[in-house]
Amino acid sequence: MRNSKFEIQNLGIIFFALCILHFAFLTAVSAQIAVKGETVWTMVGENITNGVVLIGANGKIEAVGAASQIKIPANYKIISAKVITPGLIDAHTVIGLNGYMNQPQDQMALDGSSPMQPELRAIDAYNPQEKLIEWVRSFGVTTIHTGHQPGALISGQTMIAKTFGKTADEATITQTAMVAVTLGESALASGGKSPGTRAKQAAMLRAALVGAQESAAKKEPSSDIKADVMLKVIRREIPLLITAHKAQDIITALRLAKEFNIRIVLDGVAEAQLVMNEIKASGFPVIVHPTMYRASGETENLSLEDAAKLKAAGIPIALQSGYEGYVPKTRVVLFEAGVAAANGLSPKDALATITIDAAKIIGMDKRLGSLEKGKDADVALFDGDPFEYATHCTGTIINGVVVSEVVR
Amino acid sequence: MKKLISIFALQLLFVCAAFAQERPTAFINARIIPIVGQPIEQGILLVQNGKITAVGDARTVRLTAEVVQIDAAGKTIMPGLVDSHSHIGEPAGADGSNPIQPDVRILDSVNPRSGSIQRAQSGGITTVNVMPGSGHLDSGQTLYLKLRDGAEAIEDLLIYDKTGKYMGGIKFANGTNPMRTGGGTFPGTRSKSAALVREQFVKAREYADKIKKAGTDKSKLPPRDLALETLAEVLDGKRVVHFHTHRADDIITILRLQKEFGFRLVLHHVSEAWKVADEIAKAKIPCSIILIDSPGGKLETMDIRFETPAILDKAGVLFGFHTDDYITDSRFFLREAAIGVRGGLAPEKALYALTMANAKILDLDNRIGSLETGKDADFIVLSGDPLSVYTHVLQTWIEGVKVFDRSDPKDYLIAVGGDGAGRDNLLDTDEKEDQ
Repeated sequence: MRNSKFEIQNLGIIFFALCILHFAFLTAVSAQIAVKGETVWTMVGENITNGVVLIGANGKIEAVGAASQIKIPANYKIISAKVITPGLIDAHTVIGLNGYMNQPQDQMALDGSSPMQPELRAIDAYNPQEKLIEWVRSFGVTTIHTGHQPGALISGQTMIAKTFGKTADEATITQTAMVAVTLGESALASGGKSPGTRAKQAAMLRAALVGAQESAAKKEPSSDIKADVMLKVIRREIPLLITAHKAQDIITALRLAKEFNIRIVLDGVAEAQLVMNEIKASGFPVIVHPTMYRASGETENLSLEDAAKLKAAGIPIALQSGYEGYVPKTRVVLFEAGVAAANGLSPKDALATITIDAAKIIGMDKRLGSLEKGKDADVALFDGDPFEYATHCTGTIINGVVVSEVVR
Repeated sequence: MKKLISIFALQLLFVCAAFAQERPTAFINARIIPIVGQPIEQGILLVQNGKITAVGDARTVRLTAEVVQIDAAGKTIMPGLVDSHSHIGEPAGADGSNPIQPDVRILDSVNPRSGSIQRAQSGGITTVNVMPGSGHLDSGQTLYLKLRDGAEAIEDLLIYDKTGKYMGGIKFANGTNPMRTGGGTFPGTRSKSAALVREQFVKAREYADKIKKAGTDKSKLPPRDLALETLAEVLDGKRVVHFHTHRADDIITILRLQKEFGFRLVLHHVSEAWKVADEIAKAKIPCSIILIDSPGGKLETMDIRFETPAILDKAGVLFGFHTDDYITDSRFFLREAAIGVRGGLAPEKALYALTMANAKILDLDNRIGSLETGKDADFIVLSGDPLSVYTHVLQTWIEGVKVFDRSDPKDYLIAVGGDGAGRDNLLDTDEKEDQ
C-alpha cells in the first residue's frame, strides 16, 4: 500500500525515472546480484523461507538456498522482496506482433491473403519496443511464446523471446518454436473461399502434411520456404500449435497428429472436459485458454476450472494470455493463473502453469522456469502473495539485469 | 440417504427462497460490512418482507423466538453490488439512421431471460444500469434494474420511483465511437459531435418553453415529439445523462456542455480522468470507472491506468466502478475494485465504489447500497475478504429472495462455467420443472 501511494504522488517522477532507466537498460550488462526473498518459490522442491538467489556476471543463477547457508560476496548488489518467483512465462501470446493501439499498422499477427502460410516468421514482425511487452514485463513476465494469432488455418510461425532487448534478434531465444494452426469456426472463410467447412480444414491440412511427407521421402534439398516449415513438422522438429475449442475440433487435431505421427500442442480447448480421456491418452500437452477468457460462441462452455480439471487428470498444462481483439489488448498471465488458483488449482500448480510447466511445453525447461543453479537469471519480485489482486510486482530481472522497477 | 436428505433440504431452501420472508430471518455470526459504518465482527443481519430490519451484533439486535436463524460463521456479508454501466440482457438501442435518438428506450429491447443476467447474479450484482451502446452521440434511454429471479417480462425487473415511474437515465457518448467517416448524419469530428448535441439541447429547451408558455391552453401546445420530450426531461433534471468518454479533452468538452445546459451528469469509463481529476472535482460531477488489464485496444484507452480511482478519490470525486459487461465479465466485478486497490485505493473506498457510490449515481441511495435498517434486503454472502482473489460469492439475495446459491449445482454451473453454461436461462427453466 505504501508503495502504491508513493507511486501516485510521484507519477511524473517515476515516468521520468523510467525513461532514464529504459535508456540505461539498453546498454546494461548484468551485474552480480543477490536477490533475497522472505519466501522463494523455486518451483523445484519446497519453497525456501528467507532464501537467496545469487546471480553471476554471466546472467545465470549461481546458487539458490536459505540465507543461512549462502554467503553473499561483498561486491554483490542486494535486492530484497517479500516473495520471489522464477521469471514468469506466457506460454502463448501475440504481443510484439500485435501492438496496443489496435490499429491496422500495429496488428501484424494475421495476414488474410491466404489460409495457409507456414512460411510467415514471427521474428520478421516482432517489435521488442511494443508497449504491451513493457506492460507484461512489469508484472514479472520474462519470457513469451508469441507469434501469429489464431484465426487462419495456418496463420504462421511462433517464436520465443525474452521480454527485453533492443532488437528482435537480441530478444529472441527460439526463432521458430511452433506453427500456429486454428480449427473450427474462427478459421472458416466465407464467400465461396476455402476452407468453408470443418472437413475442408482437415482436408487442406492433410494435403499440406502429405506434401511434406513426400518431400521428406525424396531427401532432396527444397527451395520452397512454405514446404520447408511443414517438413520440420513432419520430421517432428517442431510441433503444430493447434487452437481448437469445440470438442469435435480437439478430436480432429488428435486424429491428424496420429495419422502423420507429428507433435502437437493443443491450445484453447474450451471443451476439453468433454474429451479428457482422449487428450490424456494422446499424451500431448495443453495450453489452456486464459482463465477469465470470454465465454461466448465456440467458448460458451468454458470453465474457470478447466486448468484444474486437466491438471487433475494428469495432462501437462500451461496457461496463456492468448489473443484479444479489443480491450484488454492483452491479458496478463499472472492474473489468469491467480484466478485459476482460486478455482481448483493449488497455488503451486497455478504458478507452475506460468513457470516450469510452461517452460516444459515450449521446450525451454533446461534454461527457464525455475530458480536453479545454471539457469537463466530471470526473477520476479512481489510484495506479497503473487496471486492476490492487491499485491504488486516490485521488480523484474532478466538475464541478471533489473529490467523493471515500477511497482505495479 | 444423506444425499437424499441434503437434496430435500436444498429443495426446501428453494421453496423458501421463492418468497420474501414472512418470518424474520437472521444471518448470525458473520463478518458484516455495512459500507455505511464500521465492519461488525460476529454480526447479525435481520431481514423481513424484503427489507433490512436490523444490523448489529448480539448486544444490539434482539432475536425473538420466531426469527429463523442462519449461521454464517466464517462468512462475510456486504450489500449487493451495484453496477452503474452494463450491457447484460442483450440490449440494443438506437439504429444506424441518426446519431441522436433520445426517443429510443432500452426498455423495449432487453431480454429478461438472458443468461448474462444470471451470470451477473453469480458475481454478486443485484442492481444494474443497463445501457445501449456508444456508437451514437445519444443511443437512447437506459434502465435501472433489480436482477430479480423468475422475470417473465422486463417489467418484473424495473425499479419505480416515488411518482410511480420506472427509473433510468439516458446514454450519450463522445470521442471516436460515435464518429463515422464518409459523412452521412453522423459526426466526422469532435467539434461536430459537440455541435450536434448542442443543437438538440437548444431545440429541447425551446420545446420545453413552448409547453410551459401554453400552460393550460392545449391549443398552444407544440406537437408531441418523443425525442425532444426526453431531452426536456434531461434539462429538467429528471433524467441523468450517462456520458461515455475516455480522453481528457473529451471529458472537458462534456463538462463544458454540462455547464451550458445544466443537466445532471455521470462521466463513464473516464480512462484519462486522472489527468483532469481536479477539473472533474471542481465541477462536482461523479464518475463511473472501468479498469482493464492492459492499456490500449483502442486509441482512447492508451493511457488508462489502475491508479485512476485512487487519484479521483484524492481529488474528492465521487466515483463507482462498472463492468461494461461484456467488456469485463460481471462475475469479476469484485476483482475490478481490488485492482483499484492495487492502484493505491483504500480497500474501504473500493467497496464503497461498488455499492453506495453507484447507488448515489443511480439516485437509489435511499433504498440500496448499504446495509441499513429500512433499506432493501439486497446483500451477498462471501467466503472471505471481498477483495481477495480466493474469495467466492456464495449467495446473492435481492429483496429478501435468494437469487444465487453456489452450493446449488445449476447455479455453480453459471458461476464457474462448463458444459451447458452457454445456454440462456438454464436455471429458471430447470427450476420450474423441479417445482
